[in-house]
Amino acid sequence: MLRLDSVTRSFGDHLVLDRIELTVPDGQLLSVVGPSGCGKSTLLRTIAGLLPADEGTITIDGTPVAGVPDRLAVVFQDYGRSLLPWLTVRDNVALPLRRRGPRRAARHAEAEAILERVGLHGVARRHPRQLSGGMQQRVAIARALVCRPSLLLMDEPFGSLDARTREDLEDLLLEVHRADGTTIVFVTHDIDESVYVGDRVVVLSPGPGSRVVQDVPVGLPGKRDQLTTRGLPAFVALRTEVGRAVRQGD
Amino acid sequence: MTRRRELLLGVLGAALAFGACEAVSRAGIVRRSYLPPASEVLARAAQLAGDGAFLDGIGATLRAWALGLGLACAIAVPLGLLLGTVPVLDTAVRAVVEFLRPLPSVALIPLVSLLLGSGTGAEVTLIAYASVWPVLFNTVYGLAETDPLAKDTLRAFGFGRLGVLLRVELPGTAPFIAAGVRISAAVALILAVASEILSGFGDGLGIFIAQAETATDGTRDVLAGVLWAGTLGLVINGVLVGAERRLFAWAHEPRDAQRRFGPERQGVRA
Repeated sequence: MLRLDSVTRSFGDHLVLDRIELTVPDGQLLSVVGPSGCGKSTLLRTIAGLLPADEGTITIDGTPVAGVPDRLAVVFQDYGRSLLPWLTVRDNVALPLRRRGPRRAARHAEAEAILERVGLHGVARRHPRQLSGGMQQRVAIARALVCRPSLLLMDEPFGSLDARTREDLEDLLLEVHRADGTTIVFVTHDIDESVYVGDRVVVLSPGPGSRVVQDVPVGLPGKRDQLTTRGLPAFVALRTEVGRAVRQGD
Repeated sequence: MTRRRELLLGVLGAALAFGACEAVSRAGIVRRSYLPPASEVLARAAQLAGDGAFLDGIGATLRAWALGLGLACAIAVPLGLLLGTVPVLDTAVRAVVEFLRPLPSVALIPLVSLLLGSGTGAEVTLIAYASVWPVLFNTVYGLAETDPLAKDTLRAFGFGRLGVLLRVELPGTAPFIAAGVRISAAVALILAVASEILSGFGDGLGIFIAQAETATDGTRDVLAGVLWAGTLGLVINGVLVGAERRLFAWAHEPRDAQRRFGPERQGVRA
């Protein structure tokens, strides 16, 4: 269980996160939504240990974490910058494994298996920039999954993809989540997306000084479908509720 | 423009320059002893290719060049990595570096000769001194250009400071370092030949040029030596450019920041 207790963070005089309280049970896919510039990314980076919190504590399973938590994986929006262009797709995916040091052949085998799993066939030896944006983001997801993370953080991962690719990747994420039960914190500014992928949606207020203003459990069936789920009255009601909370602060 | 057309135009330009030199000399506009016809210079340069003593000289120059450039890289790359990763250090040595860098290396030849004599030691020292800068600056610059998001990604996967340096910063900086080495290679050749010419004895292409100068019909030999120096520079540059294209194809692919902020940004300084 991931728990944020009164987490505060400023940049200079600019207060970004104001006493954030948040508990994420194991295996939950939590969507964090809020207007642009509300500190969603700062929140994610703070959880990832890339930015220290000024005040407050982050605990995982009751243990306070300082720095980068164990078995963490991240997927950023900008796959073009987070994938290493000089490595092949396979070596990019195998990169997190290098820390734990399985042998080269084992790393390659694991990387190739996970690439198949995210629907990438026959691209292991290509370089990231030879692939489309959607495929590159699949590579980034594969790289995040290869070390079997217990916590996966995603920062607007599908924000720069076209609509169709985005839907495919949302479904891929749901499939992976259903199979692995990884705890996922999914940051997005897209209200529909936050409801479609989330088990629960948390709405942050606009900055400065973002707080959690709404906490909405998503009671939709686990098995979701881009067309039918989005047409359900319950989905429409949820997106209205979340949308209203996001607009509240404007 | 296609590759072939570029090549064709290049050949055409060289042929025109050659023809102009030839014509100026043959028409008697300039005295032959000042500017021998280009064909005679070319013939002499070709003849030198069969001259064992001359080739030994080329070998000596290239040896000093390689030693000096190698030494420069061995100093500049680790130093650049250190300065690029420890900002405090960078600020501290900046004043010294900015003082040393603009000193024309050729002006140091008398000083170094005084201290180290005029043998290979002095020559290699001068070459190394002059070629340290482009590699050093490109290394520091390349490190600063490393994408923070790539570093964050690795940190989030649990890599420490050293892991990030070895897996992201160093490979990301490699094309910049290579461009620095290419610039330094040209600088090193200039210094190799110049220090030989000024010291005036021993072996090397510069010695050949310096000694030809004093002969009665020396202009032809001087120019033939210069032609060799130019050719060496051209070949070295070609080989290095080719190597960079092969090794760092990823840095030259489209839709890439490298295109706008390429490794070429640092200027040349001899």
